[in-house]
Amino acid sequence: MEYFLQQLINGITLGSIYGLIAIGYTMVYGIIGMINFAHGEIFMIGSFIALTAFLALAALGITFLPLVLLIILIVAMVFTALWGWSIERVAYRPLRGSFRLAPLITAIGMSIFLQNFVQVTQGARVKPLPPQVTGGITLIDQGGTVVQISYMQLIIIATTTVLMIGFSFLISRTSLGRQQRACEQDQKMASLLGVNVDRTISLTFVMGACLAAVAGLMYLLYYGVIDFYIGFLAGVKAFTAAVLGGIGSLPGAMLGGLAIGLIETFWSGYFSVEYKDVAAFSILVIVLIFMPSGLLGRPEVEKV
Amino acid sequence: MSATTSAWMLDPVLKVEHLTMRFGGLTAIDNLSFEVGRGHITALIGPNGAGKTTVFNCVTGFYKPTEGRISLRRGRGIDDAAVEELTKSGQQFGNVANGSVYLLERMPDFKITEVAGVARTFQNIRLFGGMTVLENLLVAQHNRLMRASGFTFAGLLGLPGYRRAAEAAKDNAITWLKHTNLLDRADDPAADLPYGAQRRLEIARAMCTGPALLCLDEPAAGLNPRESAELNTLLRYIRDEHDVSVLLIEHDMGVVMEISDHIIVLDYGKKISDGTAAEVRNDPKVIAAYLGVDDEEVDAVEEDLAAGLPHATSPSTTTQAQESRS
Amino acid sequence: MSAITSGISQTPEGAERELENQRDAARGEPPYTPAPSADSRLAASLKDAAMTAAVVAVLTVFFFAFRTDIAVGGLNLTFRWPLWLSWVAIAFAGRFLISYFLFRAPERAVAGVSKSTSVRPAKRFSAGKIFGIVMLLAALALPFILNTLLPSHNRYLLDLAILILTYVMLGWGLNIVVGLAGLLDLGYVAFYAVGAYSFALLAQNFELGFWVCLPMAGFFAAMWGIVLGFPVLRLRGDYLAIVTLAFGEIIRVVLLNWTDFTGGPNGLLGIPKPTLFGLEFKSGAGSFAEATGIPYSPIQRFIFLYYIILALALLTNFITLRLRKLPIGRAWEALREDEIACRSLGINTTNVKLSAFATGAMFGGFAGSFFATRQGFISPESFTFIESAIILAIVVLGGLGSQVGVVIASVVMIGGIELLRNLGFLHALGFDPTEYRMLIFGLAMIAIMVWKPRGLVSSRSPSAIYKEKKKIGADLVAQGEGH
Repeated sequence: MEYFLQQLINGITLGSIYGLIAIGYTMVYGIIGMINFAHGEIFMIGSFIALTAFLALAALGITFLPLVLLIILIVAMVFTALWGWSIERVAYRPLRGSFRLAPLITAIGMSIFLQNFVQVTQGARVKPLPPQVTGGITLIDQGGTVVQISYMQLIIIATTTVLMIGFSFLISRTSLGRQQRACEQDQKMASLLGVNVDRTISLTFVMGACLAAVAGLMYLLYYGVIDFYIGFLAGVKAFTAAVLGGIGSLPGAMLGGLAIGLIETFWSGYFSVEYKDVAAFSILVIVLIFMPSGLLGRPEVEKV
Repeated sequence: MSATTSAWMLDPVLKVEHLTMRFGGLTAIDNLSFEVGRGHITALIGPNGAGKTTVFNCVTGFYKPTEGRISLRRGRGIDDAAVEELTKSGQQFGNVANGSVYLLERMPDFKITEVAGVARTFQNIRLFGGMTVLENLLVAQHNRLMRASGFTFAGLLGLPGYRRAAEAAKDNAITWLKHTNLLDRADDPAADLPYGAQRRLEIARAMCTGPALLCLDEPAAGLNPRESAELNTLLRYIRDEHDVSVLLIEHDMGVVMEISDHIIVLDYGKKISDGTAAEVRNDPKVIAAYLGVDDEEVDAVEEDLAAGLPHATSPSTTTQAQESRS
Repeated sequence: MSAITSGISQTPEGAERELENQRDAARGEPPYTPAPSADSRLAASLKDAAMTAAVVAVLTVFFFAFRTDIAVGGLNLTFRWPLWLSWVAIAFAGRFLISYFLFRAPERAVAGVSKSTSVRPAKRFSAGKIFGIVMLLAALALPFILNTLLPSHNRYLLDLAILILTYVMLGWGLNIVVGLAGLLDLGYVAFYAVGAYSFALLAQNFELGFWVCLPMAGFFAAMWGIVLGFPVLRLRGDYLAIVTLAFGEIIRVVLLNWTDFTGGPNGLLGIPKPTLFGLEFKSGAGSFAEATGIPYSPIQRFIFLYYIILALALLTNFITLRLRKLPIGRAWEALREDEIACRSLGINTTNVKLSAFATGAMFGGFAGSFFATRQGFISPESFTFIESAIILAIVVLGGLGSQVGVVIASVVMIGGIELLRNLGFLHALGFDPTEYRMLIFGLAMIAIMVWKPRGLVSSRSPSAIYKEKKKIGADLVAQGEGH
């Protein structure tokens, strides 16, 4: 039971990170109907920017941890957002309205490029960062078995919750959110009604990149080690999460992220670590076969 | 609705019984029964949203009906008892005394075309746009060619049996292109054809599957009067020369009244009238459904039809009005 | 470009086509504007360049200006301001030149939207056909050409040709699934892996040779194609893509962890070399050299491998072209065009999809077992997602459904990138091209797609002709899954 609880906490933490990345996938898919394959790479870039910013701050002599974390959070979000914007501008916008596979291929090309760009400029070796946020709250302690939730886990879960609430508000209540939903439904009509479609799509990429940057920072602080390749697997898992939750649905992305995180953690905890990815992907396949529109997606009615 | 036995009841090619289709809480078709006479052109009409296309989708297997039986009978004079027996046996189709019976509600869509011989066209034309007109017609003969090609293996080796079958398929396609006036466009991509030609091509393609029943979803939509007249000729030709029964959905009353042997009127998923062109045209319920209800006529119309009816199209009792509409 | 024209994506085919034409006409700069004067042109170009440089500066500051490295006691941060500044300068200069000479160049009469005809009558001996024949002859004679012209690089170039042909074959195999049937498969490498491992395991456990195992490897891969294809049949578009990707990864992870059977991360060693009618390419008894009297040279084995893959690739091409004219191939293309219409014509789309998956997988399996015999060693490393991505890129860049396109794309993407390695003068500049290989590959993928979204060869030739063969423009051809 204690073991189970501990795994549950770990799973929710991991799931929160996946969920944050998955939101980026789901928003972009919702608005322009493409898999932004480079989104995992944006997450990776976010974590690299956070790492470098952290070291730069240390070099400047700023060491008060809450301030440092706040600064690198903002820096990572701003710079990664610009990456997201530039990628859309360079690789996707010229292909808008073209046939569906073209942006998918540029996205894969972009993903390959970004991975190698980081590898070339920062080296292929892993970057370890010693744990910055230590300690935690002990929930249960009986006879040697301890269930603990670390402060880092609390930060991750709390940040994710706050961002989720903020985003739901943004999408459902603000003018920007309305414009986004309008573009999702019908871009031509939206543009006729005065919605700046290009700007709305750019902002969608910017928001997705911001969340990916947060996820990148969390990943860096939680696992303490990053390399140029972390984007691929995290990206595929997050996309899996988005599809699992029902692509296009924000709560779905979060739910899918949590599901993937939990499945992976429990599988590693109870069965085998080696096959955790197989477990996550198998669940995806099974869900899609029996529930093709995901957990919270709108069922697709075949129009004849 | 005539109480006497009509021509189409004697030997129906298709018999729909108690068909009901629900989408969630919405009942699109409500306990609908009708017959399509063998060798007849039968029209299914009704205001927009009456459930006509849903009936089509049930007949052609794209939707599984919630309730009801849809039996297709190939061969002359098959009685209801034989159909009943097949229904009890739990099979999808089977041979009976004078032919064979297919229970369409049990069969998957492609089997309905392949085995039972029901072909269809679509309201929003569905051609293979990037393939040529000729290729479109060859795809329609897939199953026959597939068998002839020994499921590809004999075809891969180029055996003479397959080559003969391929030639025959091409000849068949060319015959239909001649009848639809498309022969000079045979090598053009289907998406390049003008609208009217695309409609004709879709009919030709459906005919290439060798059907017993042809279901046309608004074949005259978007056609000009000359093209409509050509369509009438084509449908008569199909009925008379190929022994194919036709079931069509149509809003163009000029076409409907002129060529239909039998008309069924739907409104809100229910049958409100069923008869010959003359009978349907004078049926007050039909007029009410199409035109809305006049104050004086309220009593003559069923209660459930009384509230807020759509009146999108307006066939009236006189032919002049029909002509001016289109 | 106005917001309206650029903001539309889900429009019907016709409108989309028009849009594409407009976009082509409008690329770079809106049409109908008077030619800017030289002064404003310079100023505008400088402004563009400054913007670009600013964006590049912000984007790359954390990657060029700083570098983190593992050092004693944690990470060490080094500063590389000159590197960063020089890249910003390069961005400024590059963008300025592009803007000044391309985007903002005086208008060369873009008078309205140029209407490209979507149907072209094909000549009896079209350029494509002649090109194909020339390429075929060149491919057949390649070992001899290399031997005479470049004997010093003979072996390396032959090896490169083998690599390119392997990708050509894989591209042709995937073309059946993606190009013809329109099913987006991101896990094609799984079948490549199945083919390679089937051969390696059969060879090791049953002591079978290459020629016996080759058809079996193809068969196993085809079976896997059906097994993996079955559950994904109901899925469309991107769901299909992601599930095939997942399957590819599952197979790789299983290969990696099932150590007893597959050797795990260490892979399988000692895979036999192919023989020519039982003759081996080595010195000594029972060898090709002994039987024919031709003196042994290691290059012979390469030439032999080259001809094997050439034959396999040509077989793939031949069968694909043949299948296109058969009902099954036509059904694949019809499926790509409109699945619902297929079903309304009595076509069992399940079977059609499975047959496409199986056929594509079979060729992947052949290529896999060739890969195994050529390397003599296989490990899960060789079957990562990136391989699937490269193969898919080759198919899409070449032009979906086009056989010649796949060849061109393979030569450009695999051969071109590989040849970078040899540009010695770059080494002299302190620039090691091998390190940048994949980086350039990624950039090339983006550049080619933005330049030609429909691929290099983008017309379809009909599979049956009544009177006159006309090429069909890609703008009319559907792209399959996703609708």
